[in-house]
Amino acid sequence: MVQNEIRDLVIKHARLSADVSVLTDRSDLYAAGLTSLTTVNLMLALEDHFDIEFPDRMLVRRTFGSIQSLAEAVEALKAS
Amino acid sequence: MCAPVATDAYKTYLDELTRAGLLIPSGVKGVYGRSGTFEHVINQFEVFVTRMGAHLDPEVMRFPPVFNREHYARINHIHNFPDLMGSVHSFLGGDLEHTELVRKFEGGEDWSRDLDASEVMLIPAACYPLYPTATGTLPPQGRIVDLKSFVFRHEPSDDPARMQIFRQREYVRLGSADEALSHRDAWLERGAEMLRSAGLDVEPVVANDPFFGRGGRMMKATQREQTLKFELVVPICSEEKPTAITSCNYHLDYFGQAFDIRTADGQSAHSACIGFGLERIALALFKTHGLRVDAWPASVRQVLELG
Repeated sequence: MVQNEIRDLVIKHARLSADVSVLTDRSDLYAAGLTSLTTVNLMLALEDHFDIEFPDRMLVRRTFGSIQSLAEAVEALKAS
Repeated sequence: MCAPVATDAYKTYLDELTRAGLLIPSGVKGVYGRSGTFEHVINQFEVFVTRMGAHLDPEVMRFPPVFNREHYARINHIHNFPDLMGSVHSFLGGDLEHTELVRKFEGGEDWSRDLDASEVMLIPAACYPLYPTATGTLPPQGRIVDLKSFVFRHEPSDDPARMQIFRQREYVRLGSADEALSHRDAWLERGAEMLRSAGLDVEPVVANDPFFGRGGRMMKATQREQTLKFELVVPICSEEKPTAITSCNYHLDYFGQAFDIRTADGQSAHSACIGFGLERIALALFKTHGLRVDAWPASVRQVLELG
């Protein structure tokens, strides 16, 4: 499951202030403490892990707002 | 008019400015002396800025162009703009180390690695030294502060408008999110009117800071998505790539969090600023109206009280 891989990367790189064990795929990561700087860490980790490159149009808060939205973005980039 | 190739246009304008004695080359790209005439234009623009901000009754604060290295460490500049930073180093050794330093110097070796970091960094923006001094609770109405300093950004260039060390004049608002945004938006409009009244046909554009590297793409996109930064741009050497001569920025509660600045009701303070790029404004005025100030249009001379 891409979601589980992303969850591991979020836990490792996003330095969230909220308890990561209660995060669902649809939890708001910004509400959980994701900041602009930790978003950069997470983006770089996702690009390295999945060997993808986010195009500028995907570098928006909506993409990084939840594990589910990240999973959809990663799936789309892997398919293209 | 500028030549079609922008890089040549930069050199051409720089040559004109140095031939006219307005800028004095130092042998380092982006580091110039300024003539009395150049300074007079900047002084008079500043008088205009002071006049247009007087109704806000701002606190006036002037900081030197260096600040505490510990404060630098709290603003993520090293993550976002490592290529622009200026770190002040000096010699901290004793006699033995000094002998070695001089030996390397006289032998033409690299002696800079024998230096150590001092307590200070060069400031990248005029408002940065303010925030560490504002730790604590703001008065109920927040604060409005008038700042000016030389700032440093290491980006050597032939473009006379891309100096390594230049002055910013700022009005900073510390307060609630609404107060900070209103300040940013009001000054964006007021700044545009001021520059247009000085004959500069500026346009407001959404902008981003030059965040470094692969991760910087995300920071640029986020800054644009949230429309945190606007610039007032005008052609100096290129119609296609107009130059930002003033910027209006909303920082959210970034500095409030970094330096524990709180509003009277205990919230993390938000901040915003307008920064006038004084050298760039002078360069735009000289480009638009000519290198001889006494031949500038009467309306411009009147606005800037150039006599």
